[in-house]
Amino acid sequence: MHNKNHKIILKSHGENSFLLLSLCLLLENVHKMKILVCISKSPDTTSKIAFTDGNTKFDENGVQYIVNPYDEWYALVRALEIKETSGGTVTIITVGTAADEAIIRKALAIGADDAVRIDAEPTDAYFTAGQIAKYAKDNSFDLILTGKETINYNGSQVGGMIAEDLDLPFVSLAVKMDVDGSTLKMEQEIVGGIQVVEANLPLVVSCAKGMAEQRIPNMRGIMAARTKPLTVIAATPEEAFTAYESYVLPEAKKACKMIDPNNMDELVELLHSEAKVI
Amino acid sequence: MTSLVYINGEHGLVKSAFEAVTYAKKLGGDVIVVSSGKSADLGKLGEYGATKVLVDSSLEKIDAQQVTRLVAAAAEQVGAEVIVFSHDLVAKAVAPRLSVRLKAGLVSGATSLPDTANGFSVKVNVFSGKAFGSVSVKTAKKIISLLPNSIQPELNGSACPVEEFAGHAGEASIKILEVKIPEGNIPLPEAELVVSAGRGLKGPENWGMVEDLAKALGAATACSRPVADIGWRPHHEHVGQTGVAIRPNLYIAAGISGAIQHLAGVNGSKVIVVINTDAEAPFFKAADYGVLGDAFEVLPKLTEAVKKFKASH
Repeated sequence: MHNKNHKIILKSHGENSFLLLSLCLLLENVHKMKILVCISKSPDTTSKIAFTDGNTKFDENGVQYIVNPYDEWYALVRALEIKETSGGTVTIITVGTAADEAIIRKALAIGADDAVRIDAEPTDAYFTAGQIAKYAKDNSFDLILTGKETINYNGSQVGGMIAEDLDLPFVSLAVKMDVDGSTLKMEQEIVGGIQVVEANLPLVVSCAKGMAEQRIPNMRGIMAARTKPLTVIAATPEEAFTAYESYVLPEAKKACKMIDPNNMDELVELLHSEAKVI
Repeated sequence: MTSLVYINGEHGLVKSAFEAVTYAKKLGGDVIVVSSGKSADLGKLGEYGATKVLVDSSLEKIDAQQVTRLVAAAAEQVGAEVIVFSHDLVAKAVAPRLSVRLKAGLVSGATSLPDTANGFSVKVNVFSGKAFGSVSVKTAKKIISLLPNSIQPELNGSACPVEEFAGHAGEASIKILEVKIPEGNIPLPEAELVVSAGRGLKGPENWGMVEDLAKALGAATACSRPVADIGWRPHHEHVGQTGVAIRPNLYIAAGISGAIQHLAGVNGSKVIVVINTDAEAPFFKAADYGVLGDAFEVLPKLTEAVKKFKASH
């Protein structure tokens, strides 16, 4: 029901401020949320993956960094949609060095209000989550969103760690999120299906595909992003629990064996006797 | 050494549970399982190497905070050094919480047993399946979340005792309203054989031939991103970088060109068969077996060949 009301507000916005005001007074359930969106950098999805220094470091040569797609397409855009419907603010936060300011400006251009950069090289998920949790604790947010994982480390760890640090509920891999006052109704990807859950704010949620659609920043957004506030905060000393010691690329595939399209019996026989998978 | 394995017993035991217990058994030492709910067959985990199962049967529809408290209580009681999860939705919420609570380093998406020759390091999938990384854990207690299909379940003993355990899990703050799992389908991340198709099939009405092949093989069905985006197939079937990452024994792809984002979700597959009309399709470079031909002709022929094979074996 409340979603309908939210739409009315959107339509009337800019048309008749008196109507808008009286509608707002009628809606006891509109909750202006203070939302924190955690973003991380990741190599562009088409990047060539290679390693240097005796396979101990990711080779950044020629790599273009982007906002991790799950953080941008789903967490950030859904946060902006909620703000557009119910008001409130959207702050983005990242743990990174000055080199990451390009991706911060991109997220601001898409529509976030302000940004925070914790000035440190993110060593592991525990370190990163600890930094963000500390900032969130000092600035109390209603909703903290992350992407479901980064496309480079695929850990899916930071959201849950922030939630534990703050003693808040954590909904992982949400594909849909509806707001009803201070209650959120969400759908989660489970093995082979969907689970529908409900929880009250404050809350931490990791966002997966389905939550929102990618937005391309427009020129006005890009211009506005240049002057939006970006606060740089010193990191808190914190140990890391884990470290990447080395990397290895998968073994190169042997040449593909071509099979005559009219001889599927041969393919089945090969899958059975050579590949041993059926 | 004692390892603790968390098994979500609410929907019955699945293959990933046997994989997690097998993995813990291979770590050496005692394997204790902690679970919740009223599942009747938890003792079966003994057959894969569990010493005993601790279960809090009073807990049902529990949320991640409750599971975290339950596993933390069990870890303390049994003095667990390593805690093992199967890397599913529950583990993705619980393992990071537990890592903070127990000050235990977490390895997500492990694909192998730890190398303890020089410390404790575990191989994981990184860059969405385009590489492997070796993660060292520096804390005394360790948590490993195991990627499905990374280890074969191995029978290693007989049914074990199941003991009631008070988990002191507290109240749930997340309410589960509904669980929707389509009947009869093989869940993709669990599937050993997968038949997948893309835009080359031209329309959702042509998926019958994909389903026929899957049925003949006993395989799950999957699709490429464009097919899920235009609504020909449900989103949970989308494999690739932004969809589900799978590592079945056999992946058959018909009418999928094999963009790098699609490969990221499937290149953990043991054997890949590609059916495509375009000899230049990049997928052939990642394939073990290729069929240069029209999926509309090849799929039915392959289905017939599989049926013939199944009838004689």
